[in-house]
Amino acid sequence: MKTIISILLCALLAYAVGIYGNLPWWSFVVTNLFVAIVIPQKSFHSFIIGFLSIGLLWGGLAIVIDQGNQHILATKVAIILPLKGSYVSLIVLTSFVGALLGGLASLTGSFIKMK
Amino acid sequence: MRLLPFLVSAMVTIGVVFVLNTQLSIGSTKSPKLGYFLSPQQGFWKNAEKVNTNFDANLVANELKGNVDVYLDDRLVPHIYADHDEDAYFVQGYLHAKFRLWQMDFQTRVASGRLSEIAGADKLSIDRFFRRLGMVYGAEQTEANINTTNPVMKATVDAYTAGVNAYLKQLAPEDLPFEYKLMNYAPELWTPKKTYLFLMFMSYDLTGHAASADLQLTNTRDFLGYDLFSKLYTNQQDSLDPIIPIGTVYQKPSIIPIKPTNADSNYLMHQSALAFHNIQPITELGPEAPNKNNGSNNWAVAGAKTKSGRPILASDPHLGLNLPSLWYEVQITTPTHSTYGASFPGSPAVIIGFNDSLAWGVTNAGRDVLDYYEVKFKDSAENEYWFNGAWKSVSKRKEVIKVKDSADVVEEIAMTHWGPAIYDAHYQNAQSKGRNLAVKWTANNASKGVETFYQLNRAKNYDDYIHAISLWTCPGQNFVMATKSGDIAIKQQGSFVARWEHQGDFIMPGEDSSYDWQGIIPNEENPTIKNPMRGFVSSANQKVTDSTYPYYLGTASSFPLYRGISVNKHLTTMSQITPQDMQALQTNNYNVFAATARPALMKYLQVDQLSEDAKRMVAEMTNWNLLNEEGSKGITVFKIIWDSVAEAVWGDELAGSDLPLTKPEAYVLLDQMLKDSNWSIADDIRTKDKLENFKDQVNLGVENATKKLVALEKENKLEWALYKATRVLHLTKIPALSRMNLPIGGGMNIINATTENHGPSWRMIVHLTDEIEAYGLYPGGQSGNPGSPFYDNFINYWAAGKYYRLLFLPKEKLVQSNRNRWHIQFKTT
Repeated sequence: MKTIISILLCALLAYAVGIYGNLPWWSFVVTNLFVAIVIPQKSFHSFIIGFLSIGLLWGGLAIVIDQGNQHILATKVAIILPLKGSYVSLIVLTSFVGALLGGLASLTGSFIKMK
Repeated sequence: MRLLPFLVSAMVTIGVVFVLNTQLSIGSTKSPKLGYFLSPQQGFWKNAEKVNTNFDANLVANELKGNVDVYLDDRLVPHIYADHDEDAYFVQGYLHAKFRLWQMDFQTRVASGRLSEIAGADKLSIDRFFRRLGMVYGAEQTEANINTTNPVMKATVDAYTAGVNAYLKQLAPEDLPFEYKLMNYAPELWTPKKTYLFLMFMSYDLTGHAASADLQLTNTRDFLGYDLFSKLYTNQQDSLDPIIPIGTVYQKPSIIPIKPTNADSNYLMHQSALAFHNIQPITELGPEAPNKNNGSNNWAVAGAKTKSGRPILASDPHLGLNLPSLWYEVQITTPTHSTYGASFPGSPAVIIGFNDSLAWGVTNAGRDVLDYYEVKFKDSAENEYWFNGAWKSVSKRKEVIKVKDSADVVEEIAMTHWGPAIYDAHYQNAQSKGRNLAVKWTANNASKGVETFYQLNRAKNYDDYIHAISLWTCPGQNFVMATKSGDIAIKQQGSFVARWEHQGDFIMPGEDSSYDWQGIIPNEENPTIKNPMRGFVSSANQKVTDSTYPYYLGTASSFPLYRGISVNKHLTTMSQITPQDMQALQTNNYNVFAATARPALMKYLQVDQLSEDAKRMVAEMTNWNLLNEEGSKGITVFKIIWDSVAEAVWGDELAGSDLPLTKPEAYVLLDQMLKDSNWSIADDIRTKDKLENFKDQVNLGVENATKKLVALEKENKLEWALYKATRVLHLTKIPALSRMNLPIGGGMNIINATTENHGPSWRMIVHLTDEIEAYGLYPGGQSGNPGSPFYDNFINYWAAGKYYRLLFLPKEKLVQSNRNRWHIQFKTT
């Protein structure tokens, strides 16, 4: 239960700070850190919470946007990056980049509270 | 707290943030900041527009005098209805920014020599070139002139600027156009100067070819010597069908330019000395020269030749094909006028279009309005130069170029009697050969061009049209027009130099005023024709008149010959014309050059001496239907054979130069093949013991071509569209944002003038019936966003030669049209 609450809270806060384009794109690092302090978990557990929360948020948002856009832009960007024009790979990459950083942020936070 | 794991973990996290927040170098380019770019709430995903986006909006702008309604139709074309003219331009600026912001910003940065600011030191030589050519200087002259003499145009451009900035001010960082995110920079506020810079860029695009051509032609003459040069670069075009019909009588010239007495020895036949600087010349590449084929077609047919009895006008400007497109369609309706057409994002009003009384279109005049003068500086400080027998002081113009990740570069440009010293000890390219060259260019003078369009948007009749275009100076254009009342006309208008023969074809001596321009031809003497007997007017960048016009027009190589012949040939025979006939003519693929050149080749070809492959290729060419169609192999074979024969004929004369030389024009060879089988150039001067003639060279050319053709055949690239590979390139040239390998025919010398990356950039046909019936499209889409379905949605239609019916209606009717989709309401406070 605590895990699910943490994941949801991380994702919610990350989404909230993401709305403001004037804040840096990595603001969720701070919110994930904060959640990891407030709801302490074991280190590895924290990493997974951070990883899943941002991974699901970014991946989910990307999927919704991409569906609405019928893959027009994702296909182009997936050629530039280069991911062989695969919008699926681009969504996976997006999700992974967010997840990795989210996980690291939560991991870092977990070390603050642990005795 | 577990300090060590915390520190390690924190440092790794910070490290990952840092890497994802940095532009990494990949080869010569830089990656986006990956974390930012991929962020679904801030990065590129935000630009992935919903395919069913609702563009309805209610906006408040306290700059407005009244309310404005904008209706967007099914192609995302805005129909602006405003109670005040300035409000309409405010909203036009707002919409240009909303749909084309990055492009407007980027193009004016290029024009003002500010590419290095965003792209780094790589682009410095391009920036330096534009600064030294006087692009910023020219825009400043125009701005100062309009601000002091023309309150209406000032108000118009100010309102437009305010509209662009109203959009910019409400633009959230996450909604920046895609390209800013990719290249990691931000837009800046619009200014009137940026509008004038954009128009300067059009002057450069359409007359700047001379900036490289004059150097190249001088080098070619120096290499060949004047005698041989004048054989290969003749100004005689035997088959010319000029814009103004042959036989028209011209009035006596008011200026009779006097050729300097020493011009033959000191100018025409002068062999330039080699580099005289004792410093090593800096070899700068500069920008790509404007495309020589920046041209266009336009024509108007009188009611006597149409089925309806009303005139029809057609215009299709041929320019570089880019995404986002140079053009943006718009309807502007106010109590003073109602106009529809293609506008330039970056400039107010409609550029090529029609109103409820009159339609107009333009093609490039191609006249030379840019000359180089060789100046002698007293010393390396370049503070004084020799002019009319004395040392004269220059003024120094300082231009600071900001460079990304590097120190500023300061240009100190010596301003002479002629204009800026573009090439000197500080700036050279391969072709300037160490000379000190000042440039004199009509575009560097203050321009009223923006008012020409403003007036054309409101023109009701021939007199209004003549008045509007009388303000036009640069780039010289052939303005065609047709009115509902039945008039058709064409006039070549611009500031054209009254030249003596060959003046300015090459670099001119600049040590005294004897080579200076002796006047600008008065507007009344610019070639004009109204309601001619033949029932049509047309232009396709050919020479405007025959040789009885009393002024020198410039080197014939500036004037493509064959498209005009083709247009006139068709229009002469056509009758009972409908708009659909005009569509077929604009997309016509008939190759009038090949129609003459193929028999000329066959006249000399000795088929029995050819290899089997060559025989097969020649058969492909002779069986060809002379149409440059998408799937045609015959045109590919013809083109490569012709080029190889030309190379065989004059490649020997042009070989051995360490500089790129100007290639002679195809008509020179063709005219000789048609009349003289013993042209001396046909001999290969490298074979001392043998005298080659056309027969030898045609067979040699065919065999050489066959090698290339067989290779192409193996790659399966013999079909014309596959060989030509027409593309519409994103302004950054990134292929993923471009449209490559389009299935389209056409080509050089063809009315459908679609080459690799160049061609009909806006096709428009206007039938001047009571309720105007107009068709048009451009190869792009109304949205500049690569993530929008409206980014490139016209391209397939364009490639297929199809047209959209343009929606030009009064407000009440447009609101009820089944093509009306969205409503943007602008309210004043």
